[in-house]
Amino acid sequence: MREAVGRLVRDGASIALGCALEPAIPFAFAHEVIRQRRQDLHLIGPISDIAFDQLIGAGCVGRISAAWVGNVSAGLAHAYRRAMEEGMPRRVEVRDHSNFTIAQALLAGAVGAPYLPTRTLLGSDIPRANTTFREATDPFSGDRILLVPAIVPDVTVIAVQRADEDGNAHLWGPWGVSQEAALAAKSVIVIADELVDRATIASDPNRTVVPGTKVTAVVHEPGACHPSPLQGRYRRDHEFFHEYHRATRSVEGFETWIGEWVMGVADRSAYLAKLGPRWTELKDTGRPAAEARF
Amino acid sequence: MVAQAAREIRDGERVFVGMRLPLIAFVVAKRTHAPGAVGLFELGIVRDEPASELLYTMGDNPNVAGAVWCARTIDLMGMLQRGDVHAGFIGGAEIDVHGNLNTTAIGADRAHPAVQLPGSGGGGDIASLAQRLIVIMPHDRRRLREKVDFVTSPGYGTDGDWRRRMGLPRGGPSVLITTLGVFRFVDGSAVLVSRHPGVSVERIRDETGWPLAVAPELGETEPPSAAVLRIIREYDPEGFWTRRAE
Repeated sequence: MREAVGRLVRDGASIALGCALEPAIPFAFAHEVIRQRRQDLHLIGPISDIAFDQLIGAGCVGRISAAWVGNVSAGLAHAYRRAMEEGMPRRVEVRDHSNFTIAQALLAGAVGAPYLPTRTLLGSDIPRANTTFREATDPFSGDRILLVPAIVPDVTVIAVQRADEDGNAHLWGPWGVSQEAALAAKSVIVIADELVDRATIASDPNRTVVPGTKVTAVVHEPGACHPSPLQGRYRRDHEFFHEYHRATRSVEGFETWIGEWVMGVADRSAYLAKLGPRWTELKDTGRPAAEARF
Repeated sequence: MVAQAAREIRDGERVFVGMRLPLIAFVVAKRTHAPGAVGLFELGIVRDEPASELLYTMGDNPNVAGAVWCARTIDLMGMLQRGDVHAGFIGGAEIDVHGNLNTTAIGADRAHPAVQLPGSGGGGDIASLAQRLIVIMPHDRRRLREKVDFVTSPGYGTDGDWRRRMGLPRGGPSVLITTLGVFRFVDGSAVLVSRHPGVSVERIRDETGWPLAVAPELGETEPPSAAVLRIIREYDPEGFWTRRAE
């Protein structure tokens, strides 16, 4: 992870993460970005569930293109609030989206289209606040429509259950905007809970979210998504989100939390060791899918 | 609130289920009068049976296990835009008399908000594109305002014809359910149609930030049945989502 972030994440880069929405959020990647003190990042994603909040509070972020920045089961995101309301630790530019428009922007990027037309958000204040959108007239029907310009991330980070060493990646459960974000990006980092051989991937190609030919780096990092869940591997650690919410109400509380859980651990395996039995109790073996024969 | 919200789901409908209380309203509806309802979750899940245990988020593993489809956000949002979704749920920090919701920011200047809220999520899309919108909110004068600072999720804008003029293809709020009562929308404006048991119209008027319109045949909200309360308490035994509002 250290090498992937060091090599692929430059100051000022645009980075899509948290693309499956609530599950499979690559917190291990976000924490390594904070440890390497990257600056002026442009974060792209639908909802992020506190990963964005941590990067914002750590001062790594200059711009956000997102539909929602908060703490899904606990409430508002304190570091995001401080950045927007007080400029602490720095001001952040926000390009407001909805979940549909961020998906459309990434889909346009994925298929090489300049924009996608949509009927969502017409009349809302979002197209006025986010001036990258354009209102237009549909040349066929004459209807009012909204044009959502393509987003092409410098880097998309996708956490998956398993991948081979070429980056052919199996992700099961909801995909959110993962596939569009990966196909749209200039480079893709796949974070695999398990590294498998090519034959395992090729036995079930419908489960592949992104083919290795689009992938720049593969990181084998078990437990990379905690406290978010990874289907069939581990459950969501709800209380961890709630503890973060309580602990980060003040700047000092945020610094203490980041010091303990990010700066104070060398890497993900040290983080999981620090979680101790709490981590092993989250293990979820799921249930097997019916066999599909190819 | 949850029991009343569940009543808004009709059997056989496709329902866009939002975060938090709607997760429970869907369970109640499925287990009572709407066993044929299908739940759509914006991260890319379709379920025809409620999850087996309490969900803290729609992406929790139990909401994926036993789903009939795991897909992409664009697939579910595409169904919504096509008009395939009968009803959608949202809540918000602020709502105005025309059902416009703000979940983006409090304050006049978006770049320098007084209070930064999380944002649209899928709320703006559900409000724009669902056939019917069901809104759930705690009732408070600071939340039910004459005008919201930012329209994240469009209701009826300024009047009953506004959505058509803006180019929105359908929909609009069909009901606003609060901790004190139930509003329906007439010509794009909220009208109080029922008050919850033990709540006076005067109290609702005091807690509402717009001049209150009251339906001539104002009713009292039917309290949740023992069976519905049992379902809610079985599903959320510690009251994580429901302790403030049943």
